[in-house]
Amino acid sequence: MPFLRILLVRLLTTAITLAGVAVIVFFVIRVVPGNPIAMMLPPGATEDDIARLSALYGLDKPLLTQFGIWVAGVMQGDFGTSITTRQPVLDLVLGRLPATLELSIMALVMAMILGGAAALTGTRFRGGRTEGAIDVANGMALSVPDFLWGLVLILLFGVLMPVFHISGRVTPSLELPFTTNFYLFESLIRLRFDLWADLVAHMFMPALALAIPLAAIIGQLLKQSLKETMNLDYVTLARTKGYGETRVILREALRNAALPTLTLVGVQFTFLIGGTVIIERLFSYEGLGNMAIDAVINRDLPLIQGIVILFAVIFTGVNLIVDLLYTVLNPRLRHG
Amino acid sequence: MSFLQVRNLSVRLKKGPPLLRRVSLDVAAGEVRGLVGESGAGKSMIGKAVLGILPPSIEVTEGEILLDGVDLLRLPLAQRRRRIGALCALIPQDPLTALNPSHRIGPQITDRLVDILGWTRADADRRAGELLAEVQIPDPDRVLRSYPHELSGGMRQRILIASAFAAEPKLIVADEPTTALDVTVQKQILKLIAGMQARHGTALLFVTHDLGVVSKVCQRLSVLYAGMVVEDTSVADFFAAPRHAYSAALLAATPKYTDPSAGLIPVPEAVISAVQAEVAAFDRSVAHG
Repeated sequence: MPFLRILLVRLLTTAITLAGVAVIVFFVIRVVPGNPIAMMLPPGATEDDIARLSALYGLDKPLLTQFGIWVAGVMQGDFGTSITTRQPVLDLVLGRLPATLELSIMALVMAMILGGAAALTGTRFRGGRTEGAIDVANGMALSVPDFLWGLVLILLFGVLMPVFHISGRVTPSLELPFTTNFYLFESLIRLRFDLWADLVAHMFMPALALAIPLAAIIGQLLKQSLKETMNLDYVTLARTKGYGETRVILREALRNAALPTLTLVGVQFTFLIGGTVIIERLFSYEGLGNMAIDAVINRDLPLIQGIVILFAVIFTGVNLIVDLLYTVLNPRLRHG
Repeated sequence: MSFLQVRNLSVRLKKGPPLLRRVSLDVAAGEVRGLVGESGAGKSMIGKAVLGILPPSIEVTEGEILLDGVDLLRLPLAQRRRRIGALCALIPQDPLTALNPSHRIGPQITDRLVDILGWTRADADRRAGELLAEVQIPDPDRVLRSYPHELSGGMRQRILIASAFAAEPKLIVADEPTTALDVTVQKQILKLIAGMQARHGTALLFVTHDLGVVSKVCQRLSVLYAGMVVEDTSVADFFAAPRHAYSAALLAATPKYTDPSAGLIPVPEAVISAVQAEVAAFDRSVAHG
């Protein structure tokens, strides 16, 4: 079974990748200037105070010893305690993870809808003005980074035409009945569409800002690939069967053309998740990225380590899902 | 009136040289017409024009393609496609690229019946099974559930032939259907097409560069050179006494496998320049209106 084999190989490489990430993040954040103790103490603290606090957080020990203690903890599921909030790092990051996952997946869905629509429309009316207009729009979407799109959207839909919320994840005055942090998902399960609408109104702009550049990439690549597929023999044969051009594109070409796009979407989706850090900050969205910036500002070393490790897990997970999807979509790989 | 009538059909590369020069030919119901000529003579182009699958870089400049009396070139695109889909079918050249790699064989045969002709799914499935049996595919049920990459080239060509006959079309265009196949299966496939054509009484436009194939399968024949029909005749007359010098040279150039010691005879230079002069004269007469 190739599924199982891919899974096993991937789990092994993932473990190696994560170990590497752990080493790099641990030592890099300790080598760069600035330390958490200096952030915690008021100006003019004595050498004694610094030494006592350092000892309290174990920062007085040699680097290698510190690393050993941290790794030993991680092996038992203990990622340490946040220096700023004094809560377990694992609880903090897992509490924020659902918000970022929901935002990223929303953005991905938007990007696929927008990019897919652009590619299909461009292919349907290829060689004409419609395709030209789509190419121009794609170029614009690609050449502006996500955080600038965020500012543009805030101006458009937050200030000029205030239809969406520009900050936060949910209106603070609302009573939330949720037991998990997957608010968007749970509001659907509980059939609380009022809450769902409020969540979407908050998420719409940050998700769209993240989605626009990815949509452009999907649109461009999928259109290219569709146009090539439209010249293949089986597509020509389908035309002689009496089908209209739209149906030929959707049923004969789309699935085969989507394969090369899919691999790229996987890679680009990890960039999108990276983009959440700044976008969440811009929209004061309570996710991992926002927390990461706070952690870096406060030099909250254990929290930074936890967040980076979690991001690494997400990235490798996304790549694994893409590989598995590829075998599902391409029947030729299934028996290989 | 013939089922297919092509009248003065001219096509060209957009703003480029002509590829077909006032081609006229008829295919009567149930008749098999061969289209022969060198590579680039435009024989495939005629089949593509009839089926409405000319590449977008090629345009029709004049002429009519009457299918059962209706000029396809005057129909709007969607209607033209529907009419062609209901009355015609294509047996493509390369079986390895003519099946969609991500769909199973079954739906590739049946979806035209269901989507375009309004059959029920069950009827269409039964029909697909019968057709595969008719083209001598063992274990049709398993094949219908297979993907193209699981089958050999010869199998796939049989499937494409079965699929072409699925909707009982009145006219099938066979575009060099044996060229891409292994020599050992070419003969079987040819026999299969001829047999199916005879049983179903389908008219066939058979594009080929192989005069041996023509003598076995066709009743009438158009010889093309540079997009011009230089001879339109019955196959019996052609092999007895070709009228045009180019046709005669083409016939003489056919390799004789019964006598391996005989060398290949190319079409003589003089014949080529004569037929090229004819083409040039035609172009001049068109230019002067």
